[in-house]
Amino acid sequence: MATVKGRIVIDTERCKGCQLCAPACKEGTIAMSKNLNSKGYQFATSINDDCTGCINCALVCPDGAITVYRVKLN
Amino acid sequence: MQDTLTDAQICQPENMVYCRTALMTQAPLSYCPGCGHGTAHRLIMEVIEEMKMQANTIGVAPVGCSVLAYDFLDIDMQQAAHGRAPAVATGIKRLYPDKFVFTYQGDGDLAAIGTGETIHACNRGENITIFFVNNGIYGMTGGQMAPTTLPGMKTATSPFGRDTETMGHPLKITELIANLPGTYFVSRQSVHTPANVRKAKKAIEKAIQYQKLNKGLNFVEIVSNCNSGWKMTPLESNKWMEENMFPFYPLGDIKVPK
Amino acid sequence: MKEIRLMKGNEAIAEGVIRAGCDGYFGYPITPQSEVLEYLMANKTKERTGMIVLQAESEIASIHMVYGGAASGKRVMTSSSSPGISLMQEGISFMAGTELPCLLLNVVRGGPGLGTIQPSQSDYFQAVKGGGHGDYKMIVLAPASVQEMYDFAKLGFELAFKHRIQVMVLSDGAIGQMMEKVELDEQVPRWTDEEIVKLHPWSTTGKTPDRERNIITSLDLNPVKQEIINRNLQKKFKHIEETEVRFERIMCDDAEYLFVAYGSSARICQKAVSLGRAKGIKVGLLRPITLFPYPSKELEKLAKQVKGMLSVEMSAGQMVEDVRLSVNGAVPVEHYGRLGGIIPAPDEVLNVLEEKFIKENLLCKTH
Repeated sequence: MATVKGRIVIDTERCKGCQLCAPACKEGTIAMSKNLNSKGYQFATSINDDCTGCINCALVCPDGAITVYRVKLN
Repeated sequence: MQDTLTDAQICQPENMVYCRTALMTQAPLSYCPGCGHGTAHRLIMEVIEEMKMQANTIGVAPVGCSVLAYDFLDIDMQQAAHGRAPAVATGIKRLYPDKFVFTYQGDGDLAAIGTGETIHACNRGENITIFFVNNGIYGMTGGQMAPTTLPGMKTATSPFGRDTETMGHPLKITELIANLPGTYFVSRQSVHTPANVRKAKKAIEKAIQYQKLNKGLNFVEIVSNCNSGWKMTPLESNKWMEENMFPFYPLGDIKVPK
Repeated sequence: MKEIRLMKGNEAIAEGVIRAGCDGYFGYPITPQSEVLEYLMANKTKERTGMIVLQAESEIASIHMVYGGAASGKRVMTSSSSPGISLMQEGISFMAGTELPCLLLNVVRGGPGLGTIQPSQSDYFQAVKGGGHGDYKMIVLAPASVQEMYDFAKLGFELAFKHRIQVMVLSDGAIGQMMEKVELDEQVPRWTDEEIVKLHPWSTTGKTPDRERNIITSLDLNPVKQEIINRNLQKKFKHIEETEVRFERIMCDDAEYLFVAYGSSARICQKAVSLGRAKGIKVGLLRPITLFPYPSKELEKLAKQVKGMLSVEMSAGQMVEDVRLSVNGAVPVEHYGRLGGIIPAPDEVLNVLEEKFIKENLLCKTH
């Protein structure tokens, strides 16, 4: 059982749908939305509750679109 | 109870572990989706923020995809002519020896039109830091052959692949300048995976920190993708970069202080 | 009492910039101006005033080092001679586009190409009409003595910062190499970094919390904004034309004929004026000191008084175009020039004046 719980908040307007974040996530939490942002990009979105807040997705995001939160569960 | 934490409960400022540095402006980046420039920009700004150096930093960005870098970096910046950034930075640093002065250059800029300025700034041991983004192509002008284009690589001006017989060989300028006595720290990194981003940031930190020692020029190359120029998706381009660019431009420190 | 020294023109301007509080010189050796860099190095400027002197790897690097220093609000300069100045045009255009102040010295030699190392005035167009790409002008000062080489260092920096513009001292091999006595001023202190922040709030000195970031760029891809930028530049050039014209009138008050000449040629013409006056010819000399802005209004006035003007230049005829534009057909304007590094003699130019205007008129009268 995970001892940490994470959440990502994606600035969907900054996201250009490059998909680099998806394979960076070991938990398979990120996928591309079927929706488009105002620039026409399919933006990244969180698809399950498995995020550990490891920040890997945010590190590789060229547009700095991802903010990461993490809480410890004991 | 903790298993049922809501998003709102988790997404509190005290729980934030990563967000874009405040030294990146709000302007949306002009780079193509998946381009390494954005990550490279962010890492440099993160280090400058962490070291509290904003008021002491002057950046120089010449011509290339990053010609508009000043729109994205919240620091004093000078736009320079194509290839001339090391000379411009020399002028600033000689007159402000206590400021942190850096250039941010692409491969066409640094290794073709600006070769002279690059080599002589390195050889004089100017106490500046050069960030060199190498994607093996001229991105801004639409994907023409660069000095760093790999043999056989197709570009707009080598549509049948770079023929080294007639078009010359790719230039490993980073190895070249590492041989000069004026360089202090020379490293080659990439920013396409989380692990590489972490390593690249460490190299950037050193290249910034070392400037305070006045021991010479610090140089970080970032081998990057140009998915638009290479005509691939961002993920394909990163794979291609690993398979083709890294064997020719191997990652790691090339010159470290003794 | 003022300090007086016997100096070469190139040395005088080097001493001038030190005393004008120059912060940085970046240059590359080329004949006939290498004494500037040599003098600065020999004078240990770092110890004397803190001024940085650096020999760059090329003229291109030199001018871009000047760009970097100027963009950070420092008093910076470079010097070169014709082929080197051609190489610098890229950087000069970038400085025009970013409105950066600097001092440039061109000790002109004959061209085109490698040409000769002898004095010439064949870079007039390049200096006065822009030189690099884009719509721009520099203030161009033309010294005619070693004293003026010295004086224009301080004046050049003053004008450069007053208008945020590049100031070129357009000298030539003769003025650069000859020796004359020079009266020297007191040392002007260099600005402190704190003073620069206050005096030049536009300069890139590091973004502090009390202001927005400063950006030095000539780039704007929005054509509407780019047109505004260009219109503002033109407004500035117009203002300079209205406020900064400098010239010297020599025996002009009663002149019937006029030499128009600058720099070395003006010295030749000054002697020719005395020779002419001794022969009873009422000849005068208008010596433009600023080539941009050009003393057009003064020539327009003189055109109402004289019967002809002779533009004497060590070129195939460059400034003469501005003389003709100034008088707009009101009087005949002729040109006389020597090329390839030859300096005309005073009697030679006086003969030309007589041939072109006076003898012809006499001939007309007798017929």
